[in-house]
Amino acid sequence: MTPTIALVIAGTALTTFAVKAAGPALLGGRELPPPMQRVVVLMAPALIAALVAVNAFGDEDRLHVGADTVGVAAAAVVMAFTKRILLTVLTAAGVTALLRLLAG
Amino acid sequence: MDRDSWREGLRAGAPFAVASFVLSASFGVAATSVGFSPWAAVLMSAVVFAGSAQFAAVGVLLSGGTAGPAVLAATLMNARFLPMGIAFGQSLPGGPVRGAIQGQPVVDASWAMAMGPGGRFDRWYLFGHSAIQYVAWVGGTALGAFGGSWIRNPEAFGLDALFPGFFVALLFNELRDRQGVAVATGGALLGVALLPFTPPGVPLVAAALVALVGLHPRMTRPSTGEEEAA
Repeated sequence: MTPTIALVIAGTALTTFAVKAAGPALLGGRELPPPMQRVVVLMAPALIAALVAVNAFGDEDRLHVGADTVGVAAAAVVMAFTKRILLTVLTAAGVTALLRLLAG
Repeated sequence: MDRDSWREGLRAGAPFAVASFVLSASFGVAATSVGFSPWAAVLMSAVVFAGSAQFAAVGVLLSGGTAGPAVLAATLMNARFLPMGIAFGQSLPGGPVRGAIQGQPVVDASWAMAMGPGGRFDRWYLFGHSAIQYVAWVGGTALGAFGGSWIRNPEAFGLDALFPGFFVALLFNELRDRQGVAVATGGALLGVALLPFTPPGVPLVAAALVALVGLHPRMTRPSTGEEEAA
């Protein structure tokens, strides 16, 4: 293992631990004040929607509409009509792969 | 230990584990291609267990960057776990040290699915959901790192669309009421708007902060129509 790679692994492991530990360590099981409860509940849709959008429209650090954008959009249609998770995921990957195949 | 929740989590996490396995195999291939030994790639998956951060770090190395920027990119990618951890923390008994340790299994899918309607988390469900993904994540990395020459081009199979596909499925679960739809729209738009201008990971943190609109007095009561979606 080169020093660079050892540093990357150790550094990433440490910062990941710290970031994930911070919230639970600070709160330690104490309740958040009531207005924050609503924020907690709303964080999930805000974050998950951003994960979808950033992955579908992003390529590294630029906007990019491509086969995967169409695949994710198709998956959303399938999920809306069928509510089946695996079918939705397979649609995302399948449509993306098919479009890339057609595009050569 | 709540065995029922743990088992439910394992079951609900299984399809995500399948996707984790495939994705981590492509991580194994990517890591070895930038000079990781196969064991180093497996080690990183075992001690980091954060897919987007691992890809970000390897991506920096691939583009010729050094260790510092690689770790920084990974850390930014993980920054969303700070607000997520604050949300999860109140459901964890046992003080700061045990809280810090119990916070480690949090990943996006288990976090989202373990949250109950009132913002409380079923922690054993989350642990189970993450555990099965962890096994798949480390195992898939090993497969890609040691035997990855046959996965030459994961993008040809649309594998990069696998996890966004899962997040689409998760998203439909989260759109419980009009406020949920509103912050989801806001988060998605803000994330995409920031994408060209900020380092990767920052748009996700900004999107999570959209939830702070919940502090507005008019938002403290859920809007009508919530029950029917349950």
